[in-house]
Amino acid sequence: MIKTFPGGVQPACLKNETIDKLIKNAPVPREVIIPLLQHTGAPCEPMVSAGSRVRTGQVIARSDKFISSPIHASISGTVKKIDRYPHPVIGSFNAVFIEGDGADTKETSIKKTDNVNLLSEDEIRDIVRECGIVGLGGAAFPTHVKLALPEGKAIDSFILNGSECEPYLTCDHRLMLENPAGIIEGMAMMLRLTGASRAYIAIESNKIGAAFALEKILRDKRYNTLNAKIVILKTKYPQGAERSLIKSILNREVPPRGLPLDVGCVVSNVGTAFAVYEAVFNGKPLYERVVTVTGSCVAEPSNLRVRIGTPVKDLVDALGGLKKDVYKIIFGGPMMGLAQLSLDTPVIKGTSGILFLSKEDVAEYAETNCIRCGRCVDVCPLNMVPADIMRFVKKEQYERAIEYNVEDCIECGCCSYECPSKIPLFQWIKLGKTEVLNLRSAK
Amino acid sequence: MNKDLTVSSSPHMLNKLTVPGVMWGVAISLVPVVISSVIFFNILAIRLMLTCVLSCVISEAAIQKLRGKKIAIKDGSAVVTGLLLAMVLPPALPVWTAVIGSIVAIGLGKQLFGGLGYNIFNPALLGRAFLMAAFPTLLTKWTSPFTLDAVTQATPLGLMKFSQIKTPYMDLFLGNTAGSLGETAALAILIGGGYLFIKRYAGWRIPLSFIVTASILGGALHAVNPSVFPNAAFHLLSGGLLLGAIFMATDPVTSPVTKKGRWIFGIGCGILVIVIRSWSGLPEGVMYSILLMNGITPLVNRYTKPRRFGAKR
Ligand code: SF4
Ligand code: SF4
Repeated sequence: MIKTFPGGVQPACLKNETIDKLIKNAPVPREVIIPLLQHTGAPCEPMVSAGSRVRTGQVIARSDKFISSPIHASISGTVKKIDRYPHPVIGSFNAVFIEGDGADTKETSIKKTDNVNLLSEDEIRDIVRECGIVGLGGAAFPTHVKLALPEGKAIDSFILNGSECEPYLTCDHRLMLENPAGIIEGMAMMLRLTGASRAYIAIESNKIGAAFALEKILRDKRYNTLNAKIVILKTKYPQGAERSLIKSILNREVPPRGLPLDVGCVVSNVGTAFAVYEAVFNGKPLYERVVTVTGSCVAEPSNLRVRIGTPVKDLVDALGGLKKDVYKIIFGGPMMGLAQLSLDTPVIKGTSGILFLSKEDVAEYAETNCIRCGRCVDVCPLNMVPADIMRFVKKEQYERAIEYNVEDCIECGCCSYECPSKIPLFQWIKLGKTEVLNLRSAK
Repeated sequence: MNKDLTVSSSPHMLNKLTVPGVMWGVAISLVPVVISSVIFFNILAIRLMLTCVLSCVISEAAIQKLRGKKIAIKDGSAVVTGLLLAMVLPPALPVWTAVIGSIVAIGLGKQLFGGLGYNIFNPALLGRAFLMAAFPTLLTKWTSPFTLDAVTQATPLGLMKFSQIKTPYMDLFLGNTAGSLGETAALAILIGGGYLFIKRYAGWRIPLSFIVTASILGGALHAVNPSVFPNAAFHLLSGGLLLGAIFMATDPVTSPVTKKGRWIFGIGCGILVIVIRSWSGLPEGVMYSILLMNGITPLVNRYTKPRRFGAKR
C-alpha cells in the first residue's frame, strides 16, 4: 500500500531531463573556493594559511564545538588566501581559496577498513566526524551528532530517505540506481550506531527502479538482521521532509520544536548513507558530492560528481554552456531552493541541485486579494492557517501569529505554491518567524 | 551570458490556477444550468441572465473606477455573481428589478466591504434577499416552464407546504417545474457540480455535509409524521437546495477556510434549511440558511483552528 501524509502539493516532476543520466565526474576545477561554514552548527576555523600546500581530502578547517563538522580541501594545490566570498545560503562568508596544481594528489591519513566489524562504534563515529559527513539532503546537519543519541534517548526506527520529492532533482535517484550496495552498507552502519531495531527505506512511487535496486541488495542474507523494509510513498511534495516522512511511515507526529528522536526515530538521506559508507570503508572524506545540474537553459542537463567549492560558472562551461538567457539560478530544488546572485557562488556540502531557469520556467503572477479559499490551509503539512498568519504578520500582530503557531512552519512553500491569489504566503510567514524570534530573544 | 539574475524567495514554481481561473471555472460549471434554464424558460432566461451579468459587471467597473481602484472585471467574479443572481430569481422578473438586485449585490454585497475577498455575505444571495424584502410580490411570481407569460404559479415547495400537492420526482429531477431560473433542474446542477469538484474549483465538504444533513433531518421528520413533512428526496430535488449547496455555499470568500469549519458550515446550512422549511411561514429556506452561516463564518474560523501538528491529541 502506498503511504502518505495529509496536505502537500503535486507540482510537475520535471525530472525527465536527467533521470537517465549516469553520474559523471565533473572536471577537477583549477580553483576552488571553500566556505568555512557548510553545515548547521558552529563555523570552522581555518587550519591553513596563504601559501600552505594541501592535498585532496586534507582537513583545512575545523571547530572544537561538538555540533560542527571539519572541512576538507577538494583539490590539491596551494592556498591563495582566506577571504569573504559569495555563499549560497548566507550571502557571503569567509572561504579558503585553493589554486590547483592539476595533480589531484590524495591525502591518505584516514585508513581504509577491510572489516568494519572490527571497528568499535566510537571509532566509526570518529571516522564519520573526521570525514566531515553532514546530511546531504539539504540541511547539512553533522551526521556524527545525529548518530550519537543523547543520554537516556533510545530509538526504534531508522528511516532512510530516498524520496527526493523536489521537482527537477535526480541525484539521490541516480545514486540509488548506481550504488545501492554502498547505500545499504552505510545504512547498516548507521543502524548499528543508533541501535534502531528496524529500518524503513522511503521511496516515492515514481522511483520504482530505485526500490528494485535496493531490494535486490537487501535480499542478501547478510542483511537479514537489519530488519529493513522498503516503503513506497505517494509522489507528493514535501514527502521527504522529516515530519512528513515520519507521519507517512509510522503515523507519528514530531512535536513542535521537537526532533525525530522525540518520537523514536532518526532520519537520514540516501546520499548521506553513501557518504558514510565511503568514509568508513574507503577512508574518503566528503570533498565531493553528486549534484543535479539542470533547467531549460543548460545545454546538457546532467548528474555530476562535483568537488566542493567549485564555482557555478565552471559547471556551466563543463556542460557546454547555456543555451538561453538565465533568469534565475537556484541552489537546491524549485520549492525550497535559494536563488543566487552570482555565477561565482560555490557548491557546498548541502547543494543537491543547481537549476538554471529561464523566465518562462518561473512563471510569475500579479498578486491579488486573498479570496479565503482555504487552499493554503488544505496543503500545509503542519496544519497551519497560512492565510490568517499572513494577515497577522502584515498587521504586526506577532502575539496572534504565535497563537497560530507561526514558529512551526517547516518552510516547504506549499502554501505559496497553491495560493490562487499568488500571495507569497511563505515569505510573510518566514518574516513572522524572524520577528517572533527577535521578540523572544529581546525578552 | 545574462548577468541580471533575479533573486526572490522560494518557492520558484507556482501552481497555474489563479483567481480568474477559479472564477471562470465556476462560470463554466454553470453552463449546464444555463442551458437547462434556456430550455425551460427560453427568452426569459436569456433576458434575465444577460441583465444580471451585464449590470453586475458594469456596477463593479463603475464602483472600482469611482474608488480609484484598478478595474478588475476580467477576473470573472462579477460575471459569476451576475449568473448566480439570475439563477435565484423568478424567470419573468422585470428587467429593472434585476438591475436593482445586481447593483445591490455588487455594491452592498461586495464593494462596500472592500471588494473581492473581504465581503461577509454571498453577494448574489444578498442581492436576492434585498429584492425579496423590497418587492415581495414580484419575487414570488413564478412562471411555468415552456410558457413565456408570467402567470402566477406556485413552486413545488409552495404546492407542498400550502396545498399538500406533490410534484412528480421526474419533473423535479429534470427541472420541469416552476421556480427560480436555475434552481429547478437537479440533473443540470449535478452535472455542473461534478465538473466543479473534479476540477477542484470548489471543495466538496460543504455541499456533502449540507446535502447529507438536510436529507437525514428531512427524512427523520418525514418518518415521524409523513402527512405533514415531505421526504428527503423531495427536499433535495425541490427548491434551491442543490443549487445553493453546490454553487452558493461553496463561495470561497464567504465560507470557512478550515476543513472542520467547512463541515460545520455545511451541517449548519442543512439544519437551518429544514428548520425554516418545516416550521417557518416560508416555503423555502436555502437563501436565509446560507446567509446566516455566512454571518457566523468569521467565528467558525476562529474556533476551528486545526489541531497543531505534533501536539498531544
Ligand atoms: S506555512 Fe510553512 S509549513 Fe505550512 S505550507 Fe506554508 S511554508 Fe509549508
Ligand atoms: S490559498 Fe491564498 S487565496 Fe486561498 S485562503 Fe490561502 S491565502 Fe487566501
